Amino acid sequence: MRAYTPKDDVQKRAYYTDRYYVSPQVPKSPVESDEVFNADLEAIKAKFEVLDAYIQVEQMVVFIKPEDNYKVLELMRDELEYTQLSELSAIDFLAQRGGFEIFYQMLSMNKRKRIRVKMFIENGASVNSVEKLFRSADWSEREMFDMFGIEANGHPFMKRILMPYDWQGFPLLKTYPLQGDEFAAWYEVDKIFGKEARDVIGPELRDTAKVDRYDSERFARLGHEVPKGTKITGNEPKNEQNYQEDGGVFLIKKFDKKDSVVIDDPQR
Amino acid sequence: MAQVKNRLNPFFENITFDREDNEMILNFGPQHPSAHGQLRLMLHLQQEMIVKAHPDVGYLHRGMEKMAENMIYNEFMPTTDRMDYIASSSNNYGFALAVEKLVGLEVPRRAQVIRMMLLEINRLMSHLFWLATTALDIGAMTVFLFAFREREYLMDIIEGYCGARLTHSAIRIGGVPLDIQDSFIAQLKDFLDKLPQNIKDYEDLLDTNRIWLMRMEEVGTISKEMALSWGCTGPMLRASGVAWDIRKEEPYELYDEVEFNVPWSDKGDNFARYRVYMEEMRESAKILYQTITMYQKCVKDGQTELMAHAPKYVSAPKLDIMTQNYSLMQHFVLVTQGMRPPVGEVYVATESPKGELGFFINSQGGPYPYRLKLRAPSFWHTGILTDLLPGHYIPDVVSIIGTTNIVFGEVDR
Repeated sequence: MRAYTPKDDVQKRAYYTDRYYVSPQVPKSPVESDEVFNADLEAIKAKFEVLDAYIQVEQMVVFIKPEDNYKVLELMRDELEYTQLSELSAIDFLAQRGGFEIFYQMLSMNKRKRIRVKMFIENGASVNSVEKLFRSADWSEREMFDMFGIEANGHPFMKRILMPYDWQGFPLLKTYPLQGDEFAAWYEVDKIFGKEARDVIGPELRDTAKVDRYDSERFARLGHEVPKGTKITGNEPKNEQNYQEDGGVFLIKKFDKKDSVVIDDPQR
Repeated sequence: MAQVKNRLNPFFENITFDREDNEMILNFGPQHPSAHGQLRLMLHLQQEMIVKAHPDVGYLHRGMEKMAENMIYNEFMPTTDRMDYIASSSNNYGFALAVEKLVGLEVPRRAQVIRMMLLEINRLMSHLFWLATTALDIGAMTVFLFAFREREYLMDIIEGYCGARLTHSAIRIGGVPLDIQDSFIAQLKDFLDKLPQNIKDYEDLLDTNRIWLMRMEEVGTISKEMALSWGCTGPMLRASGVAWDIRKEEPYELYDEVEFNVPWSDKGDNFARYRVYMEEMRESAKILYQTITMYQKCVKDGQTELMAHAPKYVSAPKLDIMTQNYSLMQHFVLVTQGMRPPVGEVYVATESPKGELGFFINSQGGPYPYRLKLRAPSFWHTGILTDLLPGHYIPDVVSIIGTTNIVFGEVDR
């Protein structure tokens, strides 16, 4: 029977986990323990619903409803002095909860504080663009769309940024394999040579560590080189490589098998 | 394999014909020598003035965030080298610090001092490289040769330390793998003693140079609001009137023990950025002198530890691994399976030579990060070209790209 592999997460997973192993948690402290954060949280709570809030590794994490994101960030920028949006992206929780967590990493230079505003959206939902508030969101939201397929409403140019415009699939989803999918294997072949050349060229090899010992066309036989195009079926041609120059190299003594001694006794 | 006719027919995307207005679209890059990597700009021109700019990136996209999700934490360290490959130790450090904060490791003092040395050497290397390439773009060949010569000395020192010149991987999660070599301090002191004169040489060549001033002054002016809104950090932000340096404001490592100034300017133009870079080199030298003293004090106090003691996350010293069974077992598990940090999230920002380098890690308790987001400063320093270039002329594009100091390993990741 074939081993079962879950289809909703094809990323690498631990091959062994002790069945009694319980992961520890990164400690969370209540927001009340920090005056500045507490005041900020109160200001947000006064106008918006806060689903959860805590402090983790010196930064406050605030969970809000996805429809409030623009207003909350506006409040934070204009009234709470969080003048910079450092980072914005998503985390794929499709397998566990059927949606994405989106985080906005905010920085206040006056208070020297960082807040992470987080929200959960269902699969297929879009978010409000905050590009009007922070120009930095222009490219971040494009990257988020590029990598997860989450669209930002009201964004002026919602196109892919890192991947080609005509790419299919969203690379950072957990369902997307590391080596790329079927589309990725044929993308460049189709684009450059046309679909009719598929049989001649074959799919693109995206596993860089793959070594094919029968392939004498590409550089797959390092250390066992044969003339290009040699047919290797059954018995391989013996082709021992000799890399050292005649006469030797300065300071380097040539290793001669005949002069060497093999020690049989391991207890020597 | 037979030769297959390809479909890459030449087409003239550089010029659009048959237009009513006078607008021309110029395609700049992705193979332009002054684009500092793979940057493609689509510039809409009225005569020689740019009216609209559209930067296009992604030519160096290697999917590092995806790779990180499929690697154990220590395995990812060499990949971080390939982000900002001009100053790779600062990437190593940003990642190491993020993981250390996630699992709560205490790094021994001697390792901290060595890390600071490496970070500042990297900052100098990066700034020298910036000066060299930007000056070359403007046409100052001499400065290019001078600055590369100095950078070479620093690379020799780093090579002596870790064996690599560009991709160092010189920092580990929990400390540093090696103590500095015997000649390190003497070499570094030699270099630092000469540095003020070297910087003065560059400045003598550039500060009053008419061509340099014409290409730099009042060109590429970024206002404070624009810099903040675009998420600019590092010298880009400091040249626009915000004296924000993470080393000073949110000190990590031992930066709160050393004395240094944060150079800044409120001009916001190319020349202001140039001045900030030059002054930062002086400040880095100042920090390096202090770290030498700190290192010598560590030696005198007999602090020999270089890696944190945390058997769950960090392998024991080599001697223990080779002599003690339990250390060997732990090392084996850490290498084959990898460490399992606790469940949680962390965002850690450090001041890389280019700006705020942030690592966001979401851990679900497994040996692979569940999500790792790399916040690279150059990404937004490229994005800002959209708003910055309109109103400038074509030759200004080169000097503006130069002073933004973007590295495409970091933009595209």
